[in-house]
Amino acid sequence: MNLNAHIPPGPLTQKWTNHKHEIRLVSPANKRRYDIIVVGTGLSGASAAATLAELGYNVKSFCIQDSARRAHSVAAQGGINAAKNYRNDGDNIYRLFYDTLKGGDFRAREANVYRMAEVSVNVIDHAVAQGVPFAREYSGYLATRSFGGAQVSRTFYARGQTGQQLLLGAYQALSHQVSLGAVKMFPRHEMLELIVVNGHAKGIVVRDLVSGKISSVMADAVVLATGGYSNAFYLSTSGGASNATAIWRAHRKGALFANPCFTQIHPTCIPVSGDYQSKLTLMSESLRNDGRVWVPKKGGDNRAPRDIPEGERDYYLERTYPAYGNLVPRDIASRAAKRVCDEGRGVGPGGLGVFLDFRDAVARLGKEIVEERYGNLFEMYREITADDAYETPMRIYPAVHYTMGGLWVDYNLMSNLPGLFVVGEANFSDHGANRLGASGLMQGLGDGYFILPYTIGDYLTRNEVNRPSSDVAEAKQAEQGTVERLNKLLTIRGKRTPVEFHKQLGRILWNNCGMARQEAGLKKAIVEIAELRHEFWQNVLVPGSHDDLNMALERAGRVADFLELGELLCRDALSRAESCGCHFRQEFQTPEGECLRNDAEHAYVAAWEFAGSDKPAQLHKEPLVYEEAHMAQRSYK
Amino acid sequence: MKNVTLRVWRQKNAGSQGRFVEYEVKDASERMSFLEMLDVLNERLVKQGEEPIAFDSDCREGICGACSCVINGKAHGPEKRVTTCQTYMRSFKDGEVITVEPFRAKAFPLIKDLVVDRSAFDLIIQAGGYISVNAGSAPEANTVQLRKYHSDLAMDAASCIGCGACVASCKNASASLFVAAKVAHLNLLPQGAPEKDPRVLGMVQAMDEAGFGACTATGSCEAVCPKGISMSFISRMNTDFITAGLKLRVHAPRV
Repeated sequence: MNLNAHIPPGPLTQKWTNHKHEIRLVSPANKRRYDIIVVGTGLSGASAAATLAELGYNVKSFCIQDSARRAHSVAAQGGINAAKNYRNDGDNIYRLFYDTLKGGDFRAREANVYRMAEVSVNVIDHAVAQGVPFAREYSGYLATRSFGGAQVSRTFYARGQTGQQLLLGAYQALSHQVSLGAVKMFPRHEMLELIVVNGHAKGIVVRDLVSGKISSVMADAVVLATGGYSNAFYLSTSGGASNATAIWRAHRKGALFANPCFTQIHPTCIPVSGDYQSKLTLMSESLRNDGRVWVPKKGGDNRAPRDIPEGERDYYLERTYPAYGNLVPRDIASRAAKRVCDEGRGVGPGGLGVFLDFRDAVARLGKEIVEERYGNLFEMYREITADDAYETPMRIYPAVHYTMGGLWVDYNLMSNLPGLFVVGEANFSDHGANRLGASGLMQGLGDGYFILPYTIGDYLTRNEVNRPSSDVAEAKQAEQGTVERLNKLLTIRGKRTPVEFHKQLGRILWNNCGMARQEAGLKKAIVEIAELRHEFWQNVLVPGSHDDLNMALERAGRVADFLELGELLCRDALSRAESCGCHFRQEFQTPEGECLRNDAEHAYVAAWEFAGSDKPAQLHKEPLVYEEAHMAQRSYK
Repeated sequence: MKNVTLRVWRQKNAGSQGRFVEYEVKDASERMSFLEMLDVLNERLVKQGEEPIAFDSDCREGICGACSCVINGKAHGPEKRVTTCQTYMRSFKDGEVITVEPFRAKAFPLIKDLVVDRSAFDLIIQAGGYISVNAGSAPEANTVQLRKYHSDLAMDAASCIGCGACVASCKNASASLFVAAKVAHLNLLPQGAPEKDPRVLGMVQAMDEAGFGACTATGSCEAVCPKGISMSFISRMNTDFITAGLKLRVHAPRV
């Protein structure tokens, strides 16, 4: 297979500028001849759909929620990075680029990361123009704060609701285009299959979640903006509806899946409280600006946290990483938390937790300022735990949060299937083996507002307007396959619910492919997941029918795909015999317990090709060639 | 651990007759959220081959606005300033009978069980709840300064999650708080000023056309709003509406 990333020639700082000169344009009169499907209405999907419509394309936008405004980007809390250098603290595009590349442990594609840093400044300009109410200083100028993995203050925020406000900006832009007739909106619709005609992505099969109607929708290009696959782990910070079906169906139709094992465990989440738990709640990384992370020096110390004197506390992040302190990147903070808990010094039920303490911040700044910065997060913490974090430290533990892996795309954000574009968390490109905080929003909006709208035109001009009708054999087959699959799920009538299978898959993945991985465990997990998948197709119990709103059926289809993806996740983790970023193989660590990369053998993107339901996927490698940056050993000490 | 009795509204679809069905739930943990308790019940129903209770929810952290439900007569349940998904079983008594209904309003037609169609809100946003700026045309972000007071107030209004509790709790099923919050968010900002007048007129008209009732200032919307959005935004909207009507010489159907 020819894995050409189509990285433009020239120096790193000029690549995107040159590329924009080189790629072809679609004239305004011709744009209206093209139909484009955008699946998903989170930051990347809503921004892409709105911008494509502004340019003059006919856009069809699909989401599974009842309104585009509820996509899970809405839950992003802390902020969005941009290389504005408003603080005069030495920030610039190159520094943002390098921080991101280093944060990702040098497993991202250099040219893509640089471009993301370049467009970050435009994203902030556009969001402000849209009316996103970012935090401001008394002077009326924009405020910023710091996030993990950076020594500058480049994170713009809207209280603890930055994702919500940016999503509303994109949703409102989308709504504007809907009112102009340029976007046709399909809420409560789920993509269940990709339609490929003559090797090009030309449409999707969707199910209307209310009426159950299955139909094919055809277009000149398909954009997937369907987010990540954290929910493969069952418990994650993702929304209940977040799933991998759209990207997995595309993968089965030939799109390569890149770096599936790069899954991020976020250090500051509210710990699991019981088996009934449906999701984990994140406490924003921004809290680490002022909160101090600690555990008691001695294991089994059951005193109330306020009664433990200063000398008997271990502020282990500040102690181990003095240069970055509590603001080390997420993968490092998570592993450090796991380490102290493994040593028996964890706090709370089961010893699975560490303290995030605001005592000193309240003393230094006063309660009012702490409240202004983090009020809604403290409120959320109180709602869930009934504890007041102004008085007693928060108790936190790492949880699955974000997936850096996703469908493979080239520099133009197009997958190896021509006409299939992938943006936002659904693609793999910009974060390497670990995403820095506040970079997810930056990437999603950069892709949607300022990158895809250019690059998609180049594909369209190279291919004549050729939109097959929904009667073509490929569409009919895809539709029929979808109906058969739904019928099968409904007629097995076994004994176990989709949720039970999902929970079991989550346990296998968390235990063997979570914060620490090793060969034997991964091999065991691959066998167990395959067995679980076979059992699923014999023994799943789905009530009801497929011709009305049936949430159990929706769940079953998503779990079926997670059961395939979960196995690939483990296979990828097994084949990557090194530790990097969030992928920590216990066999490969430095004497201090940090990641030990193997650049000689593993400096590549692992792009997997689907080979059949029960056959191991085939690995293709895109070598990571760095022209400017140097692959260094990461240090935050 | 608590045992509770649920009286849940079950209705197959908009066309069929709905009714309350009783379910016993035993050993619900204090730390369980209300929706997790419904999840446990639904698992039991699926095991018995029955259809689970349909309800909307997604983020389960109180920000997406998907969850709804009127619990014991109150939109989003007994606690102040929280959504249904952030309501925990510690808020209910052992042995309590809990009545669970969908949001009821003419403009929110029922889909199934506790799920309603709130797309009327999207129509209202499409009628002016945006700033018409295309990607690429924005000036540098710090060229326009904003009084912190205005920016904070705009943020208070922009916190609306679009859940529709304000409508469900209003005896007139008015969407005034929802509309006022969006109008205030955008009209308070200099970026939103050029479209101030058509925005408020368009959005109010869309609200009326969607079948929402008029505001009689009872304040029930503010009382149930999970984000605590203030009714004072409604006064602001009315002021903007009257001014816009006079300026644009449009006959104002409701003042």
